[in-house]
Amino acid sequence: MIAVRSEAVLRFGIVALLVAAVEMLCRLHIIPVDVMIAPSQMAAELIKILVSGEYSADIISSIANVLISTALSVTLGFVAGLIIYSAPSLRAALEPLLASYYAVPTFIFYPVFISLFGVGSGAIVAIAVLLAIVSMITATLNGLDRIPRVLRKTGRIYRMSRIKMAVMIELPSAAPSLFTGVKLSVAYSFIGVIASEFILSGSGIGYAIAYAYNNFENRHMYALMLLIILLVTGVNALLNGIDRRLQSQRHR
Amino acid sequence: MIPVASETAAKAAPVKQTPVEQAHAALRGVTCVYHSQGRSLHALGPVDLSLARGEFFSVVGPSGCGKSTLLDILAGLNPPQTGTAHFEGKSILGVPDGVGVVFQEDASFPWLNVHDNVAFGLRRAGVDPTEIKRRVDYAIGFMGLKDFAASYPAQLSGGMRQRVCIARTLVLQPRLILLDEPFGALDQQTRLIMGDELLRLWRETSATILLITHALDEAAMLSDRVGVMSTRPGTFIDIIETGWDRNRDSRVVSKPHFGDITARLWEKLRVEALKMMSTREL
Amino acid sequence: MHKFGGTALVILACVAIWQSLYVYVGDSALASPLQTVEKLSELLRNDDFWIHVSETGRAFVWAFAIAVLGGVSLGMALGLGRLAGNVAEPILVTLYSIPKVVLYPLILLCFGLGISAKVAFGVMHGLIPIALFSMNAIRQMKPVYRRTSQVLRLTSLQTALTVIVPAILPEITSGVRLGLSLTLLGVLIGEMFASQRGLGFLLTSAINLGQIDTIMAIALLLTVFAIACNTLMMMFERHLTHRQSR
Repeated sequence: MIAVRSEAVLRFGIVALLVAAVEMLCRLHIIPVDVMIAPSQMAAELIKILVSGEYSADIISSIANVLISTALSVTLGFVAGLIIYSAPSLRAALEPLLASYYAVPTFIFYPVFISLFGVGSGAIVAIAVLLAIVSMITATLNGLDRIPRVLRKTGRIYRMSRIKMAVMIELPSAAPSLFTGVKLSVAYSFIGVIASEFILSGSGIGYAIAYAYNNFENRHMYALMLLIILLVTGVNALLNGIDRRLQSQRHR
Repeated sequence: MIPVASETAAKAAPVKQTPVEQAHAALRGVTCVYHSQGRSLHALGPVDLSLARGEFFSVVGPSGCGKSTLLDILAGLNPPQTGTAHFEGKSILGVPDGVGVVFQEDASFPWLNVHDNVAFGLRRAGVDPTEIKRRVDYAIGFMGLKDFAASYPAQLSGGMRQRVCIARTLVLQPRLILLDEPFGALDQQTRLIMGDELLRLWRETSATILLITHALDEAAMLSDRVGVMSTRPGTFIDIIETGWDRNRDSRVVSKPHFGDITARLWEKLRVEALKMMSTREL
Repeated sequence: MHKFGGTALVILACVAIWQSLYVYVGDSALASPLQTVEKLSELLRNDDFWIHVSETGRAFVWAFAIAVLGGVSLGMALGLGRLAGNVAEPILVTLYSIPKVVLYPLILLCFGLGISAKVAFGVMHGLIPIALFSMNAIRQMKPVYRRTSQVLRLTSLQTALTVIVPAILPEITSGVRLGLSLTLLGVLIGEMFASQRGLGFLLTSAINLGQIDTIMAIALLLTVFAIACNTLMMMFERHLTHRQSR
């Protein structure tokens, strides 16, 4: 535990140092103002726009899309994983495709979705789910694979019903892998939503950043970029904390 | 009658220790302390040990008593905090020439077949190719791996893989062979067979052997002398001479003398093992 | 080969779903499988198209080379130092989770419009996963290998080249395989809004002109290319590992 804390301190120190260095470079105009504004100015601007609420609708829209995409990809991915797991021939047929899935630049299908759904949340959620769902499927399959056979045997000796065994033995045993799937789904949903908004959309944080960029509003643009970095860091830290707690039960 | 070490000492009580110059390998007053994250762990010692040239010496002790640390010091992988370590009369600084080590875990390289695994050390040392071929063929034949020379470790059982590791050590013609629980992962019957192989190797090479094992019967049947270690920090609380003939094999288990030796070992070791189990950490 | 029969069936099923979707939605929203293939062959016979392809190809090769060299070196350096690795890993993982689009304006402002910006995008997408995989590869290496090389009295260089590299190669190849796809993605996205040439640019103009068949033809081409590369690399990985595990 002491080691983890000192590492966290070191990490914080390094990040702080880097930010300070960038701040210095900006203040001294070594990095020109029209390329990047100083981190402190980014933070100040972010507070300003959060207070003024001019981007609140966009922020809420993005977060909502991320939540919907995550929920959809986790549930659909889990169910799909279960189905695939229980049909070995289906699994054998799908496995090469699943393995190659993330090789394909899925983004190229975004225009197709816009064509299908029009510009709006539909296409955005569709592409985000498309991006995230396979990581959940793979994580589900991994988790179910990793359940040691001896645990199921134990369940049968206790004469547990199928449902009881699933809920009380299989689910907890697969939980760490499943949670990894959830983490990845969140990350991919985030990337999918923001990227789609950036490329082509009418609302959302991604759209706001693109708009600010096209209109040379650097201050707003960087403030929003900082917001995304903070959101991602925060969510990651939260999920990692839960993950660590799940893992520490398993390992010394 | 078995000559027996003095039983009074909680510290190391050397029995018939040959002087450092005459011993093949010798440790005097060696301790080892690990420091990590602000805490220090007294892992071993103080230990006195003299290995006569060509003898077969086993070390038994409870888990975590520092047996592996002892081996690391003799191999030159770890310097001792206090005391001296000598091999062939010279101080041990780094891994000395003439020392071979077989580890507990499978150290065979999965990306090389058996032949290349065994030849690996010789090739790196720049030995002449004809000499390499001669030694590798001999070692592979000696360890019964001839039919598997082109196979990869992944295709072999655990016992075979350890044979590959032993063959890889054998080709370097070491004068001192250190083995750290090499048969720990194998089942009892395989272990007995491997024990016989080790004795064959020992007679053939006339090397000095130090074997670390947790199996009392293994130590009792294979060795000329057995050292019993206490719990951490490990010191020798007893050193027993077995008095076996050099041409022994695993069938000594049927001799009553074998029972005496194991009884004696367990008498000392049982106390230490119970002590070890009652502590929370390993 | 019959084990691919199942996969072939799944692919056929996907094409069937595609066709029925087309029938349901109509020409304005989707192109049928047949139309897509026809458009693609038309494009492949067009010289201009190949200019765009080579543009993307050039940027991709540069980006991939930098991502692999940078990622593997960084990963190995971090993996060898325990503290460095532990400290750096969460930073890298968080950087990786940030939607890189968000940093695009920054890249454009730094590199301007042109091939260097595209290469930068590609590297930005591919370098971190390769670094993470490489770092993991070293950390997962069995400690007994290093002890063996000590006992065999190998020099540091010999240890690195004859023990460490072969031991970690399968894992690094995994990372490079992932990095390949991501680098390609980065380059394409870079072209989509920061270039006047390349497949990504073609995609954007097709979007603006509403040419759904062109969009899908390019998407099909890229999909086939990506899966082909990925499959080749997986076969290479399998060749490396089939000797190493039961």
